[in-house]
Amino acid sequence: MLAFVLRRLFQSLIVMLAVALIAFTMFRFVGDPVNQMVGVDTPQEQVAQLRRTLGLDEPVVVQFARYIYNAARLEFGVSYQFRLPVISLLGERAPATLELAFMSALFSLLVGIPMGVYTALRRDSILAKLFQTISLVGISLPTFLIGILLIYLFSVTLGWLPSFGRGEVVKIGNWWTTGLLTASGWKALILPSITLGLFQMTLIMRLVRAEMLEVLRTDYIKFARARGLRTRAIHFGHALKNTLVPVITIAGLQLGSIIAFAIITETVFQWPGMGLLFLKAVQQVDIPIMAAYLILISFLFVSINLIVDLLYALVDPRLRATVGAH
Amino acid sequence: MSAQPASSAKQPPSLWARILDSDILASFLRSKVTMVAAVIVLVMFIGAAFSPWIAPTNPFDPATVFLSDANIPPAWQQGGDPKFILGTDDQGRDLYSAILYGLRVSLIVGVLGVLLAATIGITLGLLAGYLGGRVDSLIMRIADVQLTFPAILIALLIDGVVRGLFKSASREDTALYVLVISIGLSFWVQYARTIRGSTLVERNKDYVQAARLVGLPAPLIMLRHVLPNVIGPVLVILTINLALAVITEATLSFLGVGLPPTQPSLGTLISIGNRYLFSGDWWIVTFPGVTLAVLVLAVNLLGDWLRDALNPRLR
Amino acid sequence: MTETVLSVQDLTVEFVTRRGTLRALDKVSFDIARGEVLGVVGESGAGKSVTGSAIIGLIDPPGRIAGGKVVLSGERVDHLPSEQMRRVRGKRIGMIFQDPLTSLNPLYRVGEQLIETIRTHTDLNAAEARKRAIALLDEVGIPAPDKRIDGYPHEFSGGMRQRVVIALALCAKPEFIIADEPTTALDVSVQAQIISLIKRLCKERGTSVMLVTHDMGVIAETADRVAVMYAGRVAEIGPVREVIKQPLHPYTQGLMGAIPSIEGDAERLVQIPGAMPRLSAIPAGCPFNPRCSRVFDRCRIDRPELIDVGGHQVACHLYDPAKAPAGKTEIAA
Repeated sequence: MLAFVLRRLFQSLIVMLAVALIAFTMFRFVGDPVNQMVGVDTPQEQVAQLRRTLGLDEPVVVQFARYIYNAARLEFGVSYQFRLPVISLLGERAPATLELAFMSALFSLLVGIPMGVYTALRRDSILAKLFQTISLVGISLPTFLIGILLIYLFSVTLGWLPSFGRGEVVKIGNWWTTGLLTASGWKALILPSITLGLFQMTLIMRLVRAEMLEVLRTDYIKFARARGLRTRAIHFGHALKNTLVPVITIAGLQLGSIIAFAIITETVFQWPGMGLLFLKAVQQVDIPIMAAYLILISFLFVSINLIVDLLYALVDPRLRATVGAH
Repeated sequence: MSAQPASSAKQPPSLWARILDSDILASFLRSKVTMVAAVIVLVMFIGAAFSPWIAPTNPFDPATVFLSDANIPPAWQQGGDPKFILGTDDQGRDLYSAILYGLRVSLIVGVLGVLLAATIGITLGLLAGYLGGRVDSLIMRIADVQLTFPAILIALLIDGVVRGLFKSASREDTALYVLVISIGLSFWVQYARTIRGSTLVERNKDYVQAARLVGLPAPLIMLRHVLPNVIGPVLVILTINLALAVITEATLSFLGVGLPPTQPSLGTLISIGNRYLFSGDWWIVTFPGVTLAVLVLAVNLLGDWLRDALNPRLR
Repeated sequence: MTETVLSVQDLTVEFVTRRGTLRALDKVSFDIARGEVLGVVGESGAGKSVTGSAIIGLIDPPGRIAGGKVVLSGERVDHLPSEQMRRVRGKRIGMIFQDPLTSLNPLYRVGEQLIETIRTHTDLNAAEARKRAIALLDEVGIPAPDKRIDGYPHEFSGGMRQRVVIALALCAKPEFIIADEPTTALDVSVQAQIISLIKRLCKERGTSVMLVTHDMGVIAETADRVAVMYAGRVAEIGPVREVIKQPLHPYTQGLMGAIPSIEGDAERLVQIPGAMPRLSAIPAGCPFNPRCSRVFDRCRIDRPELIDVGGHQVACHLYDPAKAPAGKTEIAA
């Protein structure tokens, strides 16, 4: 088990190094950090001086090493547009994105899994066919269109829910802000969470359905039926447990893409999160923010992957055995 | 007994032979939904291809567009103008014509992006599967890492980087290529994985070994012998990816990093319309939105059907 | 051996597909007495497994029982309401599957699966059920059952897993069990052990067995009677010794010729030319007629019914006293 954990840790490290290399390449070669800092009329020698202080005349390997060192201390440089340290810009907006992502994930799991189980078990019922149709529409509608649709329905037409912002937020500790403690915060969270979670929900529903149908065809389910076990025990004990094991993996990975897809939702709802910041950075080619966002998001993804892998090994006794044997 | 003629063909039958022989055609004719979807896709492709001839006006010719025509509702509504069936946008452009032109741009970007992705993916997949060893593990490692990240994020990053590199060129000239490159580089992994998997299987079959013994060069073996036999699943991915590519393009354009308002795609039109959602000018966002949704839904339906039809286990 | 435990009469199973209705079982009839082992042999696709699934009521759609009946100790069990049929399964009819590697749920401990099954069919509480499960594991020959009961299926070898499967099939003391090729997936070295285990346990409990296999050797050793199936029909049925000593149906003769025997020399090993027809193309008359060396006109028109010939039954016109093609109207479709 330890060897397995170590091997996965090592792999994660390699991925992070590769991502850091890409971020560094962007940082160093796509946008020249010096050109962004100086004005047009800055004298040449002053520019050269700045290059030396920034260490830009040193070998690339040394620069890369320093970039990693700084990144590890969360030093990502200064934003071109805002003239502020990137990390404080991102940190300020992280709570908004994380709260949104968490609620969406919760929504997609709590609705997606039951729908998937239902459509697998009652394959020919009208409701199952309706769910299937909804899921196809859900996968076909781009996230931003869903957002616009919801805004039009619930904000413009009905006037029930706000169409932008986080509502009233409460500060917790030094840097965390939450919308979960105020009524307006909850109201503001509803539409963005559904928008962001809908795609994942349909994905999870389809996955659960496909996986469950597959499991229902296996010999051990047939054998369980041949032993006269109750249908409920077969469906919700045996079949569901076996279905959920692979679903864990995908659901975990979905958490990563939820954070990435938040970029779109945050734009539609003007949600003050990291995604909106990143998008502005892409529009303005604000490389330091892009690079930092890439590294942070990758770190999040890689950590989630790692946790999911370890969880998977804990849940599946077969894997636990092979893992232990290494 | 001669009821089952011994099949002596060493190579599997070609794709077309399989399509004509198998149940695919039958299942197509049976499924009404699929037929409707196919007709919709066909109509949209034709509309896009011939938009300069079909569209009543050229919405991007400044000589024919007047700002005084801005925000006119659809023809059947009060204040509508029969000249503009679906109304006009904030610049006074005919929405129906703008949608036709936008569809054209969306489909061009989608198709080119998917083709680029397929070309990259197939090439790398063939190389990985056929050559094996270090080439294989390098390509597959990159694929693994990239697969961890959602395509939209990668497309956004590539978009930002490419625009950083070509800062001097005007956005109108480069936007389309930037989008195609972003989509191509975001979606290649699935092709590479699929092709590599089937190449690994095909590589060890007799006919490839025979071709090798005869001394045919590796690229020729790959293209002439291996590729035709592994291309089947790629068709399914191509279809489903077209839907994804169109969505990705629309999303990027909506986010303001895709096509500019002077050369709008469906996504750009939606993004423009979104600004007028609260002023009650619902048609500017609705019609491009519905067009996009219907297009993607129809392509997805086709892809779903194609996948089921090609997958013998589900029959 | 007089009391009939299971009686299958004219059982017909059909699969409705887009290309027409396939008849997987065509009027299959046989009886099994208390404590008796009936061997069912035939090539793959002959309908052996479908017979088993039909008896236990687990034919998956698009398949369905289209005719005939299944009578268990005097009670019809085909077309029972699903909840009642569920109570029959496991409790009165047990089933042993072919592949022990796939018939146990990998995520549940062996004991959990046993206890769950025991408690479904009895009123035992958890502790009693566990005791019973340990006793059962001991009975099927699993060493240290009180420890292994908490093991996962993957921790058992193939042979041991099949013993667990047998314990699961027998845990509610059914009066009849279906063993569907119980040794096919196992190593040759453990096959004999598993077969003798099934035989011993069933003899002790007086359980009747339907042993499905394509291995005539297993049948010869284990079964009291044997049914030979071909293309969804019973071709010949009778006491094992007689069928082996004096096979009547040309197909059975070919099948016997196809098992190598120790005393016989290689020349006796004959092969039946051709292959069994697919379900979509079963010939009219006797389904074996295209491959039969002794075929005559009537075989191509008239479906042979089972007739008594010297102690066992055979479906072949060769043994019909009225040899000439009669004007029978009932012709199999």
